[in-house]
This record gives sequence, structure tokens and C-alpha cells, in this order.
Amino acid sequence: MSSTRPLRILIAKPGLDGHDRGAKVIARALRDAGMEVIYTGLRQTPDMIANAAAEEDVDAVGLSILSGAHNTLLPRVIELLRSNGMGDVPVFAGGIIPDEDIPALKDAGVAAVFGPGTPLSDITTFIQAHTRARAEGSDPV
Amino acid sequence: MTAPVNITRRELARLITGIENGDAAALQKVKALHAQAGNAGAVVGITGAPGTGKSTLVAALAREARARQRTVAILSIDPSSPFSGGAILGDRIRMRELSGDAGVFIRSMANRGAKGGLANAAADVVAVLDAAGYDLILLETVGAGQAEVDVARVADTVVVVEAPGLGDDVQAIKAGILEIADILVVNKADREGADATVAALKAALELGEVTSGHHGLSLPAAKRIEGSRRMPLLKTIATQGEGIAALLDAIEQHSALMREDDALRRRRARQEILMRFRRMLLAEAERRLDDDALQQWANACAARAAHPDDAARDLLRGIFPELS
Repeated sequence: MSSTRPLRILIAKPGLDGHDRGAKVIARALRDAGMEVIYTGLRQTPDMIANAAAEEDVDAVGLSILSGAHNTLLPRVIELLRSNGMGDVPVFAGGIIPDEDIPALKDAGVAAVFGPGTPLSDITTFIQAHTRARAEGSDPV
Repeated sequence: MTAPVNITRRELARLITGIENGDAAALQKVKALHAQAGNAGAVVGITGAPGTGKSTLVAALAREARARQRTVAILSIDPSSPFSGGAILGDRIRMRELSGDAGVFIRSMANRGAKGGLANAAADVVAVLDAAGYDLILLETVGAGQAEVDVARVADTVVVVEAPGLGDDVQAIKAGILEIADILVVNKADREGADATVAALKAALELGEVTSGHHGLSLPAAKRIEGSRRMPLLKTIATQGEGIAALLDAIEQHSALMREDDALRRRRARQEILMRFRRMLLAEAERRLDDDALQQWANACAARAAHPDDAARDLLRGIFPELS
């Protein structure tokens, strides 16, 4: 039963840019892949994102950033997730992130960075592969 | 009063996931918590058509309750896709300002195909939130039309939200969610047509002699709040917080009376048992369904050689042989 349960994914936009078209496209693709997507909308602080991830008990967190603030915002979200006991929840990112920033982001714990033009199926496949172990191991309190 | 159960936010979140997924251990925990639920929180259902502003109203009510030092839990239900089983749960968008307040717990839930406007797990999740000690539990249904009335079984108080311009006055007298309302709200009251909507609802209430009782569970007249007081009909502008204090006053007044009502508790418990009985019966019967026989009947019906009613009865007889 629990192995077929829908994955729960948080899609959030940290920072100040006001464009969420990309985030909505991802949200729809994940929905169409059978996932339950919690979409929080624009201008989320890292605290709001970590808090929502905890309350919603999500299996993965996807962050869309176009503002250029990824080098500070992404590591901060990961740090807060870890301090909430959610360090095992994969964080993936999309938006405008220069290639040269990606190694440092991965060092900070970002599981994947999906740039513009990434096929949507790559993203859903990635999530399914990286959350399965956690979902199957999830035991209620 | 029973002391609330000591449970961390993280534990609560994981327990809710377990309840949603029907995990045996989570259901054991729910049963263990059952005795502690039903005392602390006012359980308030917020329902209405899509676009009436339910999420914004829920957020505004939560802010007002926080200003009154009450802790708040919000459970928001959105529909699952009938095709993929996935869902986009977007109610947090309207609740941005509440995020990070330790006195507020927000959970989004997909209905996973349930028909009545809630999710099957909603009643158990509400009980757990109640046991965890939240003072006010706001249960937001999917955008409901006329048939999504399950919220009446779970909530102490049902607020039905209307907005101007959604339908004519015949909509207002049709059967359905108006009959489960304990409090009626016309939101977006600054919009054109708000007064006409209020007038149509007032007329519908007078026509039906609807008084504020407990949502369609036909309280005896003596049990109705303050005799036969009219159902509260309030105007709000949730985006500006207007009318919200009066709405929360009406909610608190109503839910306090409902929670003292033992006969009501018994009626609701009966409904709750029946709902679960039906769900179990259906699952059990479907599990025993003879799929080969079903396919044979399907072929016959498709060829118009049999009627689906006879087919269904025959299949049912395979499970209940004593059936005539």
C-alpha cells in the first residue's frame, strides 16, 4: 500500500523575483506524473520554505530562482531543513543558475540543478529515483 | 478537559502522512489519541464554490484567532487529478503571512478521489490536530458545489462561503451546501452585486425557514441556538480583513454550543460509524468481486443482451448468496 502512495513535493520560489511561470510548469509536470505538489507561491523566505516542508512532510523540495541569489538562498534552505531533522529530503533547483556556481551548490547539498530547457521527464525521473528510498523507509511516528 | 497530547510539529506532520496512506501504525496511534480528542478545539468547516475566497478567508480567520491568542491548525483539501492521481495543492499561497508562526500549523491534503469534498483521512487528521491541542481547527474543503456535504460530519460549525456574481437566486434555493450551513458568509462584499447576493440568500433562508442549528442534522427546535434565531448571514472582505472579527465571534458562539450538545455528539458518532462502515463494505465487496463474471456480464451488456442492473445484482449475489 505505502509503496504506491503519491510522493509529496514542495515547489517554492525563494527570494524576490516575481516570475513563477517555470515553477508552475514544473508543478504541473509533477502532478501529471502522479505526485502531490504543494505550491507555496512567490517570495518565500528560507524559513517559510523549511517550515512548509516540515508541516507538509514532503519527500523532496524544488526551488526555482531567477534572481541570482541562489548562492545564499539554497544553502540556507538546506541548513534549515537539516536542523528540522529533514536532512534526508533531496533539494533540487531550477531557474537561472550559471554553470560555474553548480559545483559549490552541490557541495552545499543541492541534489540537482535543472537549467532552462531540461526535459520535464528528466526532472520527474530524478525525483522518483531519489525519493523512493526515503518514501519506502518512511514509518509513521 | 483532557490535557493535549505532547507531540512535536515534525511528529504530527509524519503522523498525518501515515494516516493519509492508511499505515497500520498510524491508525493505531489515531485510536490511542481518540480519547484525548474532541475537547480542546473548535472544528470549523469552510466550504463554498471555487473562487469564493475560501483560502483567503481561512487565512484571515487564522490571523484574527492569533490576535486573540488562540492556536490554529489549518487543513486544506484540494482535488486529486482523476487521471494521474497527482494534485497541485496551492492553498498555502494565500496563507503566506502565517508561515513561521509557531502557533499555526498548516497542512495541505489531496482528496485522493474522495467524492464528498473532503479526503477520506480528513476526520482522523482533524481528531489528531484536536488531540494535539489546537484551539481552532479550520477545515477547508475542495471547491464545493451542491453535493459536497461531508464536512458537516466532521466540523462542529460549517461556514458556507458565497461571493457575488456566481449564480442567480435559484442556485440559492437548490438542495445542497446551503442546507449544511451554520453560518453564511458573502465574501468579496466590495464587489458589484454583493447586496443582491445577500438579498437572494436572505430570501432563500426565509423561504426555507432555515434557522441556525447544526447543519442539516435537524436539531429539535428546543436545541436550536437561542430558540429560532435566524442563521447568521455575514458580509466579509477577506483580503482587507473586514467582517472577520464578527465572523470569528459567530463561529466561537456556535461551536461552543455545539460542543456541549451530547445528543449531537451521538448523532455525529453514528454518522461517522456509518461512513466508515460503507467505505469498508465497499472495499471488502470489491475485493471479493468475481472479475471473470464481471467481464462476461460486461460483454453481454455491451451487446445489449443483458441489463447492467441484472448484472450488478448477480455479482452481488456472488458475495451475499442469500440476496433475492
